[in-house]
Amino acid sequence: MAGAGTVARSPADLPGITSAAKSGEIPALSRNGGAALLPSAGDAAEPGRLARGRDVKSSRKGLLVRHTSVSLVLSASILLAACGGSATTADPGGDADTPAVAAASEQPDAAGADAAGVPLFPVSVTADNGEVTIPAAPVRIISLSPSATEILFAIGAGEQVIAVDDYSYYPPEAPVTDLSGYTPNTEAILAYQPDLLVIATDPGDLVASMEGAGVATIVQDAPADLDGVYAQFETLGVATGQAAGAAMAVAQIRTEVDGLTADLPDAAVGLTYFHELDPALYTATSQTFVGSLYALFGLVNIADAGSADGNPYPQLSEEFVVEASPDLVFFSDTYAVSAQDILARPGWQDVAAVRTASVFELDPDISSRWGPRLVGLLTTIREAVMAHAAAA
Amino acid sequence: MAAGHVAASPGTVARDGAVAGAAGRTSGGLLIAGAVVLVLGVVVVSAMVGPAHLDVQGVVRALVDRLPLVRVDQTLDAGQASILWQIRLPRIALAVIVGAALSGAGAAYQGAFRNPLADPYLLGAAAGAALGAAVVIAYGAGLRDVAGTTAVPFAAFAGAMGGVVMTWTLGRSVGGRSAGTLILAGVAVASFLTSLSTYVMQRNVETIREVYSFILGRLATHGWDEVQLILPYVVPSLVVVLLHARLLDVMSVGDAEASSLGVRPGRVRGVVVAAATLATAAAVAVSGLIGFIGIIVPHLVRLLVGPSHRLVLPLTMLGGAAFLTAADVVARTLDSPAEIPIGVVTAFFGAPFFVMVLRASRRSLS
Repeated sequence: MAGAGTVARSPADLPGITSAAKSGEIPALSRNGGAALLPSAGDAAEPGRLARGRDVKSSRKGLLVRHTSVSLVLSASILLAACGGSATTADPGGDADTPAVAAASEQPDAAGADAAGVPLFPVSVTADNGEVTIPAAPVRIISLSPSATEILFAIGAGEQVIAVDDYSYYPPEAPVTDLSGYTPNTEAILAYQPDLLVIATDPGDLVASMEGAGVATIVQDAPADLDGVYAQFETLGVATGQAAGAAMAVAQIRTEVDGLTADLPDAAVGLTYFHELDPALYTATSQTFVGSLYALFGLVNIADAGSADGNPYPQLSEEFVVEASPDLVFFSDTYAVSAQDILARPGWQDVAAVRTASVFELDPDISSRWGPRLVGLLTTIREAVMAHAAAA
Repeated sequence: MAAGHVAASPGTVARDGAVAGAAGRTSGGLLIAGAVVLVLGVVVVSAMVGPAHLDVQGVVRALVDRLPLVRVDQTLDAGQASILWQIRLPRIALAVIVGAALSGAGAAYQGAFRNPLADPYLLGAAAGAALGAAVVIAYGAGLRDVAGTTAVPFAAFAGAMGGVVMTWTLGRSVGGRSAGTLILAGVAVASFLTSLSTYVMQRNVETIREVYSFILGRLATHGWDEVQLILPYVVPSLVVVLLHARLLDVMSVGDAEASSLGVRPGRVRGVVVAAATLATAAAVAVSGLIGFIGIIVPHLVRLLVGPSHRLVLPLTMLGGAAFLTAADVVARTLDSPAEIPIGVVTAFFGAPFFVMVLRASRRSLS
């Protein structure tokens, strides 16, 4: 029997894709039900990790950079950052392995030329905010999108990343700061003197501010499907001078995905599922990125019947979910509920997934991001489908 | 302020005197019986509609079967019966209780402070409850399970009590005994507490949806757990409020006059406010912030029957129960199978309705 919850995987369990090659972010969240009024983040992160992310990298290195020739600029930057509320991590000097190179962003980097020494830059790429021109190989990249952070490290551009937002705690070597991707502070970002900024959504006029300050900015929101993810890999590859790394990562993911979605049992086709974002029964329809992943297995989303108003992240009525009686239940708010909680819900005892104990836990980060770790999510879904088929 | 005339104009007090007579008592009893029938009717209708397709006859048979000494054949299957009894009916029951608690508390605050604008939202109770809930949702990982249930209701309760105590203390410290000062203090406290809960939410975006759904109000149930959780608080609180109806009527002529009649206004006010806060906190703890009921329903009832608390208080509780139950039918069915936050429904229908009530009452007074 498919023990509920046993399918949950830690990132370390993920097949393939070696250490640096894992990433993602939160498709579901940037557009969830409440998104219209608040900086939505629903299940953006699991709390334990949040705490860790916040504590990491809060060393004060401001003093270390005083000796550089641009100390005036840096002091001003620190001051600005302090005003922006991120004084403890305002660290324009970057990490130990990225010594203070403030004002050096114009310098070409090794990544700025191809194998034959032909300069690759300037380049233009197409992102959600249109065509973006990157004048020189970026060496001071800031990512305020956890998915983009994972992608950047997966394609080999990790060394060029100097700061990431407070939810970008994967991979572990990502230089977490307390910069926010949901309420980004222009001054705090500029204090790092970035030469490329990657974000998931522009919460207002951030892109305009950054362009005004001469910082190339790439906006990459949740894609519609796997092809959209691959396109984001390739875009970031070109933009960072790591096109070859991006191509390799995409090829590897494609191979993994093909393997995971092949040889499904006949009994798996047409199984229905409910993707529970939180115990208030917010869900994602198959119009969403995560919904497109379930569709790879031929699974049918019970929420599709309820998305007449086109909201891809509706909150379903409990009695509707129970009456629909999904064969599989996947839940990602592991902070609030466990599989046991769901199995014991009053009135749910006749739901197909409860009768067969087909309730599966998803990693809240992996299931809400798009990036290399989507392979782990697909693995969980495949195991759920196989377990259900075996029990049937 | 126009709203002031609705509750406490001298002209309507005179009408109250007539109701207090024997004939008035009879018609008052009829009104209350009518309101009970209204609540039952709304409950039965709302049991028949919802996102799950339960046929009307099956629901009626299931309900009738539960009456004493009546047995009828059931047409719902086991799954449908569990939807009815473990999902739909607990939610309806919760709507009845929360509706009665919030509207009854509103009427009690208005009577105790002789201020038509007093309601759970203006005294800091709701804002305090929201802060308590937000803090536990955001930071209380270890607190989430207390005695088998989530700690959110208890934190909301503590927050509501804290909010009202802050308002009370602040109001007394700056302005003595004026009811207007108290309301202003409540506005300040509510703004302050709301800023804190908004900050907590901003710092913890991963729980923002949970907090957000709390703030918009929700009648989420886990079987009959919530009903059982709040009944022991709401019922005694509302009984205490009802028992003070006559004293509130005496106090409506003013503290000095009430004192000369042997009533101790400060003490009555304290007891009524404490009971109303307890009812509010219990309701907010399980259902989040459902706005407007505490102000619309009492005003509507006063418009219909005059200001006597012996009628206004019970009719408000029954009317609030019917109103929230009906609003939840809209929340459950309008976008079915998606939900609409209940607070959105009550405000959407409540706010324009409130304006209509105000306009009507101004016309009748002028």
